[in-house]
Amino acid sequence: MTRSPVALLAALAALLLVLPLFAGSYALSVATLILYFAYTGQAWNVMTGFAGQLSLGHSLYVGVGAYAAGALFYHYGIGPWAGLWIAILLCVLMGLIIGFLAFRFGISGVYFALLTIAFAEFTRIGFDHLDWLGGPGGMFLKVAQRDQIDLANFRGPPVMYYYTMLAFAGGALALCAWLLRSRAGYYWRAIREDEEAARSLGINAFRWKMLAVAISSAMTAVSGVFFAFYYNNLFPEQIFSINRSIELILGPVIGGLGTLFGPILGAAVLTLLSDGLTDLLAALGWEIPGIKQVFYGVVLLLVVMFLPNGIWPALAKRLGIREAEDR
Amino acid sequence: MSWDLVANVVVAGVLTGLVYGLMALGLSVIFGVVRVVNFAHGEMMTIAMYSAVLIFGSLKLDPFLVLLPVAAAFFVFGYVLQTGLINPFITRPEHTQFMLLIALAIIMTNALLMLFGPEARSVQVDYQLESFELGGVLLDKVRLYAASVAVVAAASLFAFFRFTLTGKSIRACADNHLGARVVGLNVKRLYGLTFGLGAACVAVAGCAMVLLVDVTPSLGPYYTLLAFVIVIVGGLGSMTGALLGGVLIGVSEALAGLLIAPSAKSMFSFGLLILVLLLRPQGLLGKRS
Amino acid sequence: MGTPLLEVSGIDKSFRGLQAVARVSFSVEPGHIVALIGPNGAGKTTCFNMIAGTLAPDAGEVRFAGQRIDGLRADRICAAGIGRTFQLVKPFGGLSVLDNVTVGALNREANVPSARRRALGILERLGLADKRRQPAASLTLPDRKRLEVARALATEPRLLLLDEVMAGLRPTETDQMIGFFRKLNEETGLTILLIEHVMRAVMALSREIHVLHHGELIASGSPEEIARHPAVLASYLGEEAL
Repeated sequence: MTRSPVALLAALAALLLVLPLFAGSYALSVATLILYFAYTGQAWNVMTGFAGQLSLGHSLYVGVGAYAAGALFYHYGIGPWAGLWIAILLCVLMGLIIGFLAFRFGISGVYFALLTIAFAEFTRIGFDHLDWLGGPGGMFLKVAQRDQIDLANFRGPPVMYYYTMLAFAGGALALCAWLLRSRAGYYWRAIREDEEAARSLGINAFRWKMLAVAISSAMTAVSGVFFAFYYNNLFPEQIFSINRSIELILGPVIGGLGTLFGPILGAAVLTLLSDGLTDLLAALGWEIPGIKQVFYGVVLLLVVMFLPNGIWPALAKRLGIREAEDR
Repeated sequence: MSWDLVANVVVAGVLTGLVYGLMALGLSVIFGVVRVVNFAHGEMMTIAMYSAVLIFGSLKLDPFLVLLPVAAAFFVFGYVLQTGLINPFITRPEHTQFMLLIALAIIMTNALLMLFGPEARSVQVDYQLESFELGGVLLDKVRLYAASVAVVAAASLFAFFRFTLTGKSIRACADNHLGARVVGLNVKRLYGLTFGLGAACVAVAGCAMVLLVDVTPSLGPYYTLLAFVIVIVGGLGSMTGALLGGVLIGVSEALAGLLIAPSAKSMFSFGLLILVLLLRPQGLLGKRS
Repeated sequence: MGTPLLEVSGIDKSFRGLQAVARVSFSVEPGHIVALIGPNGAGKTTCFNMIAGTLAPDAGEVRFAGQRIDGLRADRICAAGIGRTFQLVKPFGGLSVLDNVTVGALNREANVPSARRRALGILERLGLADKRRQPAASLTLPDRKRLEVARALATEPRLLLLDEVMAGLRPTETDQMIGFFRKLNEETGLTILLIEHVMRAVMALSREIHVLHHGELIASGSPEEIARHPAVLASYLGEEAL
């Protein structure tokens, strides 16, 4: 029995569209966070899940995107929608540089992952010393009133941020679905499975890997811009930290690496469960720093041990849903 | 900037670097033989450091004195971890193994955070501030002892791999996994022993390091990265390379801290990693390409 | 008899001082099936790798349809019209059988739907169509070999390099494969160069055989000539056995 995911998707979309009508402000912020991680996880998934190039330094693109748009706003009053393009340009450039260096020199697997970590760390420390960007003390963006919607400067009530993130997440899903069905999707997966065999079938592995990196970094730049204008304060230690890099891959890995719905499911499961856990503990009077991360670690451990392909593939099988075009 | 100052900084860097080298030696053994990418290596080191803090706090025992019991405990821990949890992942796709170790690293770092909080802890022995003088250069006693311990531990490990039958069996596994099984070696057990030895190295390095720096939970990821940098720079598969790489990183960190800014010292290490990965991935003394 | 489709001239390859291939020269005429045989370690797969672009020769030339291809990247050589299989099959394990072949078909087809259609057609000719949705990793070895061939064929090669494609097959399966390639060659004129140990297949299919031993070409000729050639027999059976 094979069901199409479209019905499920439509129901989910409808639910998400009307969510602000009955959700309180806390629930709305949690939902926005889930969508943020779903979107960013989707972006990372393009490079790692589809094309098989493990990036453990993706916080680099979040940070560069955030600081690019943030600095333009802070120093020149340039709005986020214009700053977005500069952010994307810079992130794609960084990604292509890393990709070029790695792929030209034949670096893959754990060495590639270490390379991505090294670049992120290098940048983190570098930004700590850039006073024009606020240095270690951070950069703070002016927050105007939150009641009216000022879309040009991306200021407004939480609902505005929610719908924006919803649009991004939906757009990312559509983009990834389209990519998977296209030549890129086939070629990326071939490269991921066996690069040498892929080459023997006429695939220019270098070019297609670069494309994956470019798309992934461009998409992640958008996360960074959102981050800057949502939280309004940026610290190199935080935004480029390896903990952030790990945090944004947890969703796709737990949900299902290389699948379409994995990142979304993973983000939802992790955020909801961990919030539930912290609420429970708070109700019992325990405030323990670090417990949320231990929880993430345990979930990741359990998934890796018992559901190595992630939750979504197992769930989809149960529900009889086929993600791929094989009909 | 006087020569004396630079000389002191360099010597301190060499001594600290030897301890780094021992830590990296543990990773070289684990990564090189068992082929496990131990993303939790630095976290294991940090746990060792906290253990020393706890023991010193409750029993007032110098970390150098408790080296052997701590190393033995870590050996057992490493053996159990490898044979019980990690072993099946050696044959599975790469990224699953990475995620397993990352999960362990996350759990370890944050468990430490939960138990000890984010404030720095340290061990202060009576001779903490004493030093020897050798031709204008001041050698901190703690640093000298730490480095000596590292060298002795490393030498013991060399001897083990060179001269004992078990050691040679382990090297055989590393060279030819299938061949080793064909001749009847119990590869699973040997992998467990190797991981245990790697963990023991880290334990000794941790007990030594705790006298040189303050420990916080966030040191875990930092030391993991540092260990990988050293192993890659020094060359995978080369034990001497690990020690040499450690010294190189120790000295460059010390100099970068002196010449640029203390906060920029690790920037140099990451820059070096990038260069080595691109230009000479087999490292300085590495064998495998 | 015009230009040979494939011309290998004096190619050398050594690995860390060990000479794997030394001054090997042979050619393959269009539409022929030619076999490359020899004991293990003779350098046959190394020759394939140099033709297919996985390795570059240390010396010598490889010409395909008159153009030099030695030293070109593997994907450029596939685009030029050479397809290959691997001695140890390399399926895209996580992808379905159909997806595997579709990847190959995309080499020539402009879009995914037409690539899938052609892939399905090839699967049908190789008897794998009923397994098209299975992940490639779940296939048995004979099916994996068929998949490997299907995938290479999907790239629409003018020359197909088969590396020990009969190894591990049972006699009935071997006969099926022999029949398939013979038919393919007769109907489409596809040129085939095969490395093979299964002598039945070599004798049944090849028009010409080249024999390698310790990296050197020691004999070339028709199947009948090779079967009687003393140097060939010596290389396989050892000098004492003669």
